[in-house]
Amino acid sequence: MSDSTAGQRPGDYDEAHGGPDEVPAESAAAGPDSGRHRVIGTPPPARAHSLLGDAGGQPPARPRELPSDPDDLPGARRAERIVVACFLIAMLAGLGFLASYFIFNVHTVSNVLYSNLALGSTLGLAFLAMAVGAVIWVRRLMPDVELTEARKPLRSAPEDRAAFAETFAEGADASQFVKRPMLRRTLIAATVPVAVAPIVLLRDLGPLPGTKLDHTVWRKGLKLLNYGANTPIRPGDFSSPGGMITVVPDGYQDNFDALAKAAVIIIKFAPGQVDYTSEDHPVPGKVVRNWSVDNIVAYSKICTHVGCPAALYEQTTHHILCPCHQSTFDATRGAKVIFGPATRPLPQLPMTVDAQGYLVARSDFTEPVGPSFWERGPST
Amino acid sequence: MSPTTVRRRPLAGYAVVLLGLVAAGLSYAAITDGGDASAASHSVAGQAQVAEGRAIFLQECASCHGLFGQGVSGIAPDLIGVGAAAVDFQVSTGRMPAKEPEAEMPRRPVMLTRQQIRALAAYIESLGGGPGIPSKAAVAPYGANYGLGQQLFTADCAQCHNFQGAGGALTYGKYAPPLTKSTPVQIFEAMLTGPEAMPVFNNTTITPQQKRDIIAYIVQTRSEPNPGGFSLGRVGPVTEGLVVFLGLLLFMVLAALWITAKHRKAHE
Repeated sequence: MSDSTAGQRPGDYDEAHGGPDEVPAESAAAGPDSGRHRVIGTPPPARAHSLLGDAGGQPPARPRELPSDPDDLPGARRAERIVVACFLIAMLAGLGFLASYFIFNVHTVSNVLYSNLALGSTLGLAFLAMAVGAVIWVRRLMPDVELTEARKPLRSAPEDRAAFAETFAEGADASQFVKRPMLRRTLIAATVPVAVAPIVLLRDLGPLPGTKLDHTVWRKGLKLLNYGANTPIRPGDFSSPGGMITVVPDGYQDNFDALAKAAVIIIKFAPGQVDYTSEDHPVPGKVVRNWSVDNIVAYSKICTHVGCPAALYEQTTHHILCPCHQSTFDATRGAKVIFGPATRPLPQLPMTVDAQGYLVARSDFTEPVGPSFWERGPST
Repeated sequence: MSPTTVRRRPLAGYAVVLLGLVAAGLSYAAITDGGDASAASHSVAGQAQVAEGRAIFLQECASCHGLFGQGVSGIAPDLIGVGAAAVDFQVSTGRMPAKEPEAEMPRRPVMLTRQQIRALAAYIESLGGGPGIPSKAAVAPYGANYGLGQQLFTADCAQCHNFQGAGGALTYGKYAPPLTKSTPVQIFEAMLTGPEAMPVFNNTTITPQQKRDIIAYIVQTRSEPNPGGFSLGRVGPVTEGLVVFLGLLLFMVLAALWITAKHRKAHE
């Protein structure tokens, strides 16, 4: 192929790549010359004037570009010794790695620690010493000369392109792909189900969530338990303004799947602090009075941004802060978002007191808790 | 404006009692319009102590909190009814008397003696009652239920103070302080009184016994062994990762500089 490049100086290819005919030439020359100084991976000494190959077997026609020896010979000898030392260290560390693999058994936790330490440090030392040696070699022994290499244009020659088009058309014709439409169509039909199969397999990602995201386990009459102690709460006990505690639905205190959505914080305010609406449904920026008891307000603990537990309540500013992305909610104004990436307030849990005077839920949340999703519904 | 708004005590030095009652009554009446008169229950013994506390208050606190502890809007809170526990917490941790109002008062060396703190606490308590200072025995962590303490701490404290009590940031420069130096009495007082931005956990919501369990957990975490690595204040893997990341980044930059540095030798 390289012979067909018209309008291109042949030397441009051959200087850079050697050329396809180099291999037989080299193997022929390697026979008599493979004597004492032959190093694996380098051209035979007779041809070693340039690592970049020669001009297609012709005698060298240009002066050498790279110096054969470093300028500073004593310095080079010192550098050589350092590099050799680095490589020896790398070899010993590598042997140490192999040895540690067999020496340390891993039957107990503490032995695993020692084994990891030994394996990691020997392997790390081996790589580090090799890298340091290689860098010193390059910096102190190899020449520092800038060379410019000619590069072949990426576009193929016009003859090659024409030949390819011809070959392609010939092949298409000879394969009968165009002439026999039944063959072609049945082949396409055969691939369609296989192509659709991966899409169908997406079904195994699980059932659709349905309405599960819309509900929590809270329901009418369920007691609010002080989480941890798991005791019900009377408004008279949770009586100090500035108070805040985490509460969970009675019966679900150990059900983490349920708590992932149902965790709630209740906050006690001083009279007059809360911005109420007396209506029985949420109004943005307002707390629903009928859902609160004696200035105690309950909010979902699950941040409406991405669902972190938002419970960093500051009793001086009445801010509820989410620690993950600093969404900040104003607890006196229906947990309205006042800062951060959350886009809607923390849902308020409707509360009342039962016959024994304990705080209970009036119902489930009236809107989905946690991060928003497309089908979340019209509530704001 | 008469001392009849204050419950009389029959015994003790009459003049001193009268003086204390007049001071307390005047200050209370000055900031409330009558109201119910059950404040100022003097559980801390001695009106002399109240008088001493009043003197300390005027010298150390009144410039911000007002002559009668009524507070100054936007600068210093009202101290009526905060109780002896709040005074003991703020002053024994060195947060008060403060040099200047800040977003969050830092823990500092204590400015007053123990006796002065008690006197100041007695004075503030005389203004409007409030929670008292717990005894050391009442908050001792020995024999408490660490497990319950951990559950309660995780539910209600860890969101701000970190699960190991290392503290954390809040909004607008405020922060939840680390609990590594707090004494059991101070932790108890903080829960009871809710200093600064901290919510209040009164004794009917989190019982004194449950508070003791929480204190026991906090104290217990201080002696937990570190399973390898530097603790870095036990603030979790993020900081450790950051330190490793920055350290390795610096190392790699230096290595890259070394690898690509110009040779010193000259050819030709």
